[in-house]
Amino acid sequence: MTDFPGAPVSPGNGRLRVLAAMSGGVDSAVAAARAVEAGHEVTGVHLALSSNPQSFRTGARGCCTIEDSRDARRAADVIGIPFYVWDLAERFREDVIDDFVAEYAAGRTPNPCLRCNEKIKFAALLDKAIALGFDAVCTGHYARIVDLPSGERQLHRAVDMAKDQSYVLGVLDADQLAHALFPLGDTTKDLIRVEAEQRGLAVAQKPDSHDICFIADGDTQGFLAKHLGTATGDIVDADGSKLGEHDGAYGFTIGQRKGLRIGTPAADGKPRYVLDISPVNNTVTVGPAEGLDVLGLTAIRPRWCGEAPAGQGSYTAQLRAHGEEVPVTATLTDGELHVRLATAARGIAPGQAVVLYDGTRVLGSATIASTERRQVSA
Amino acid sequence: MPYLDHAATTPMLPEAIAAMSAHLGVVGNASSLHAAGRRARRVVEESRESLARSLGARPSEIVLTGGGTESDNLAVKGLYWARRDADPARRRVLCSPVEHHAVLDAVHWLSEHEGAEVEYLPVDGYGRVHPEALRETIERDPASVALVTVMWANNEVGTLQPIHELVAVAQEFGIPMHADAVQALGQVPVSFADSGLDALTVTGHKIGGPYGVGALLLGRGVTPVPLLHGGGQERDVRSGTLDVPAAAGFAAAAELAVQRRAEHAVTVAALRDELVAEVLRAVPDAVLNGDPAAAGRLPANAHFSFPGCEGDALLMLLDAQGIECSTGSACSAGVPQPSHVLLAMGADPLLARASLRFSLGHTSTRDDVAALAAAIGPAVLRARNAGLAAAARR
Repeated sequence: MTDFPGAPVSPGNGRLRVLAAMSGGVDSAVAAARAVEAGHEVTGVHLALSSNPQSFRTGARGCCTIEDSRDARRAADVIGIPFYVWDLAERFREDVIDDFVAEYAAGRTPNPCLRCNEKIKFAALLDKAIALGFDAVCTGHYARIVDLPSGERQLHRAVDMAKDQSYVLGVLDADQLAHALFPLGDTTKDLIRVEAEQRGLAVAQKPDSHDICFIADGDTQGFLAKHLGTATGDIVDADGSKLGEHDGAYGFTIGQRKGLRIGTPAADGKPRYVLDISPVNNTVTVGPAEGLDVLGLTAIRPRWCGEAPAGQGSYTAQLRAHGEEVPVTATLTDGELHVRLATAARGIAPGQAVVLYDGTRVLGSATIASTERRQVSA
Repeated sequence: MPYLDHAATTPMLPEAIAAMSAHLGVVGNASSLHAAGRRARRVVEESRESLARSLGARPSEIVLTGGGTESDNLAVKGLYWARRDADPARRRVLCSPVEHHAVLDAVHWLSEHEGAEVEYLPVDGYGRVHPEALRETIERDPASVALVTVMWANNEVGTLQPIHELVAVAQEFGIPMHADAVQALGQVPVSFADSGLDALTVTGHKIGGPYGVGALLLGRGVTPVPLLHGGGQERDVRSGTLDVPAAAGFAAAAELAVQRRAEHAVTVAALRDELVAEVLRAVPDAVLNGDPAAAGRLPANAHFSFPGCEGDALLMLLDAQGIECSTGSACSAGVPQPSHVLLAMGADPLLARASLRFSLGHTSTRDDVAALAAAIGPAVLRARNAGLAAAARR
């Protein structure tokens, strides 16, 4: 990083100038408070990610309302740090929302949280922060950074496995990780709420955010329909026989069972699931549950938290948010990650990320391009 | 702490604090008939008389309000309603596009909910409304104009409006005119009688008085429909128990602000000129917004665009060095918006977002200017670099 004349002098003694991203929730507020307590010089920033913010939150959904912005400001006041609102709505729309829509249109299932961490929090925000003289960005993610005596920095799962968010941070590369601060990884969520209470933070009992922040009403199908319009197509079985119609292939996710609106039951009487989505001919293929069994996959755009793994290795993999870990062998060849699963996994869709772990350590991630399924007959 | 944001609010004058606090512990509702009430009423009326002297008005023309925003709302909405009720054809509200949001949003609300047709008067590159432009706009259909509202001095770029000429045009057509003089008072001569205005907004905390008190000056025949209904105080135009200490503090501040105005304007203008010169020396490509001529601008105002910077990043960097200023624009959603004033003046939206306002006041010193002079150059370099960094990784 080039230094500029008049650059703020770094405080020294391990003290960093830290930019704390504050969503208005309890986690990022406690994270900022902990960063202050660790001796860092902290400035709070709320990211305005919606160009048309709602006034109030409704339940646990959505974020970036004006109320959230005020909650974040109030928390910063209590903690005693400067606070600003930065408008990253345009970047967010381009890099996250437009990408989300385009991925669905292409028949894939994206994870916008990973995308946001990669492109917004630890890119657009981090770059601006560094340029303005900060050393690190601090967030309320549940994950642990471990600095080894060798100087190597590792990303690990949080101690609270129920809240662990290392999956959505698996996209961070070593450079991004070098400027990250996750102060909550060693604590469980219930204790964070207690701590928030003790610190006098009014957001202590605020509900957690769920779902996709830019789809405030939680209706992803409706959101996609608004952006992509309706396009009637066929629902077929593995043999290509037409079973019904749909309003747009993007409205389906691999592994989906509900809402298929197929009149005739399967010959074997078993429920049918979405096995495949083909945006090219706007066709949704359904079949029995076994057809969802993924035995292997190819993933592209790998991003490593440290050194890229060499040769073939045995790891565990998490294939979707809140998904279970699966033992795998993985090989990186020509920038493509080939993964064999020791046990079949279901509900795996192209567009999702595979995150590789070695124990609790995050090695990196890649975007699933194709899966190898168990062959089944219709 | 170099405080360069006096246009947002300025420290209370000791005399205003004394005048106000003298009445804080004294009981008495100015509407009560007993001795305590009479005592309170006397303070209010003496304050009103003092304000009238300071503002070139008659005491009966002073309607005390809760501040500038309320005064603007009362003037704009109240006059619109009154004029429309008298003649339903009067739907047009003529307004400058550089008004404070207290006027702009009130006018917008009238168009959304009350059938008003808002016409924004054209402004020049300094944000100034020309009398001919007002005349042309009125002449398109004089009978349909409900009111004209143009601010005396702009709160962001400091441009003074030719208020007297504008009033003359409105008067020719018998159309009432309101002006927001919140920023003008204490910096340029403001006389309600000389102005010929029908309504004039002033407020306490911009002139060294307390927060939460202001006045709407109303000509004696001017009767807006009230916003607040109740006990009928203040000519039945603004109900609500009178705030005795605030009235006293406001009157004391106004008296001193007007008394010291001429001398203050000279010293603060000299300091402002020094500030402008220092900023332009440190950042040669900075652009001074508004009228560069001293006669056309508030003496305490300096407003710049710094090409390649984001105003909010620059503000943060200066804040970190203890220098307090403003982007000058409202951020209602917490999201910095490009200033509507600069956009109306024809500025590029990107350049509009690259702007900061430095406003001086009665406590400003050369040290404040020196601190800014030392900090602005490096801060601009850094903010520019941040702008480039944001554009780079895409």
